[in-house]
Amino acid sequence: MASAVMNRGGGHASALRSSLKNIAQFVIVLMTTLLGLAAVTFFIGRVVPIDPVIAIVGDRAPAQVYERVRQELGLDLPLIQQFWIYLKKAVTGDFGNSVLTTNPVLTDIANTFPATLELATLGTLIGVIIGIPLGILAAVKRGSFIDQFVRVLGLAGYSIPIFWLGLMGLLVFYAKLGWVAGPGRIDVTYSYLYTPVTNIVLLDTAMQGQWDAFWDAVSHIILPACLLGYFSLAYISRMTRSFMLNELAQEYVIAARVKGLSEMRVIWRHALRNAAVPLITVIALSYANLLEGSVLTETIFAWPGLGQYITNSLQNADMNAVLGGTLVIGTAFVLLNLVSDLLYRLLDPRTR
Amino acid sequence: MTGAPLPLASQPSGMRAWLLSPEPHSRWQARLGRFYLGWRAFSRNPLAVIGLGIVLLLILVAIFADVIAPYSPVAGGDLRTQRLLPPSETYWFGTDDQARDIFSRVIHGSRITLFVVVLVALIATPIGLLVGTVSGYLGGWVDTVLMRITDIFLAFPRLILALAFVAALGPGIENAIIAIAITSWPPYARIARAETLMIRNSDFIAAVKLQGASTPRIILGHVVPLCLSSLIVRVTLDMAGIILTAAGLGFLGLGAQPPMPEWGAMVATGRNYLIDQWWVAAMPGIAIFVVSLGFNLLGDGLRDVLDPKAAK
Repeated sequence: MASAVMNRGGGHASALRSSLKNIAQFVIVLMTTLLGLAAVTFFIGRVVPIDPVIAIVGDRAPAQVYERVRQELGLDLPLIQQFWIYLKKAVTGDFGNSVLTTNPVLTDIANTFPATLELATLGTLIGVIIGIPLGILAAVKRGSFIDQFVRVLGLAGYSIPIFWLGLMGLLVFYAKLGWVAGPGRIDVTYSYLYTPVTNIVLLDTAMQGQWDAFWDAVSHIILPACLLGYFSLAYISRMTRSFMLNELAQEYVIAARVKGLSEMRVIWRHALRNAAVPLITVIALSYANLLEGSVLTETIFAWPGLGQYITNSLQNADMNAVLGGTLVIGTAFVLLNLVSDLLYRLLDPRTR
Repeated sequence: MTGAPLPLASQPSGMRAWLLSPEPHSRWQARLGRFYLGWRAFSRNPLAVIGLGIVLLLILVAIFADVIAPYSPVAGGDLRTQRLLPPSETYWFGTDDQARDIFSRVIHGSRITLFVVVLVALIATPIGLLVGTVSGYLGGWVDTVLMRITDIFLAFPRLILALAFVAALGPGIENAIIAIAITSWPPYARIARAETLMIRNSDFIAAVKLQGASTPRIILGHVVPLCLSSLIVRVTLDMAGIILTAAGLGFLGLGAQPPMPEWGAMVATGRNYLIDQWWVAAMPGIAIFVVSLGFNLLGDGLRDVLDPKAAK
């Protein structure tokens, strides 16, 4: 995605200077993108048909009160000045208060983000652990049953609505078979057995030795994590396949085979090592996508994460919370994108 | 292609010979010939043909929805006796909580889906095409600024941004379309720019320039048509994503408003009856899946024909 953003480093400059230049360019790209993100959320906040002054003073307030609050909110200033104030506040993490929870939006986000992180991380892990071997197998045994299987898996992953698959999963594995626990993060019975430290339930319960609570949390997270994991797997296995096909067609693979290396060694040590570099980018992208995909998943599984926070706020026209959440997820997305780009350039000598 | 070695069986018949003629007499003949070759390559891929079939079916169903649907999509039957009935011979997909026939609603929902897809494509493709070709052809600071903006939009999470836009504009199908279009154009701009960079330095552009053609004329008349084929592939492949995003917005209650039979919103209704009346949520979801799959298969097939470089 962002790989074409930066120019290739200059040929004549020394390695150090070119990497310094890279870092400088990286910072510039990061800054302009974040500035753009802030500008878009600011713009969205301005076009909302809700008058923020009336929301505070009520529609029967006298004109002077209305005017004073308007001035206090800075709404009489020119737009560019308003944007500057918005930026200064956003940098210090001041997104205002949520109407729904009355907490500062930043506090709410800090409380909900770990849950999203837990889910997305587990989903990506599932995607990586199953997706990469599947992709390699499909590339090695091209045209075989496993190759067709990966293709179907990928096509379905691009075509099934995530919220629908989640509902069907709940119907089958929770309601009909009773294999997993239902919506939520942990049963109420267990929720007082541990003290939230990191707000990542699996970590908290395991560190405090509350194994009953831990297993209950596992049975809650397993279905949504597998759901996200499936979408990550569909993407990762397809990309792994295409990267591996690319590598296996290279001459060094033939050379390695001619040397008499075992097929296992050729595949895992030589080809995969070279395919690993673009794969890192893919994994980072899929992680970023899961942060986004969590919006719908969390709604279905009543998962108290950032996604559910945003949708709840949406339905209550709580714009501060929506924009704060959008800015945070957007920033995480942008950072993951750019970090994967940077890693790519660091790990692949050909891009230098 | 149709070489000499098989003189008996494959002596091309009149029509085919005309189409495949190496010396076409008119531009039309050449164009039709290219189209025929493309179609031959396309129709050899069974999955792509299935995809095309699904998309054509969607269009036909949308056109003839009034004829196909046995009941009204918005007016329900008797709430005491016809509510939440399982699939049967009278109600193929069962009925929902308002005693409406789900099959009729799914059929009419195809219109909304098609409406969304077509409008998003009509809004986003020209924007992307214009930004990309202008940026690629002019280069310099115009290129830098336009691509910066494109990258900023490209870096955004799509569904979240669409959510924020719809939250600001207010829920509704039109606003959902605008929001999705705003988040869809950047990849098109990137593709169009990459194509333009390749076309820009070719000899025929230099020739047109020497003939005195203006910049807008070169971009619109010569560069844009050559960017179209790779863009069409990308847009088709994106259709599934657009459908899924629109359905996601509908599911969250931000897309089409009740009683419109939007598939995502129908799944959301079914959520309340999931355990005992699974069909209310399942049926519209299957419709979304089938249509997205159709566009994905069609896009894959088109890519193989129109853009062989990208196919892997």
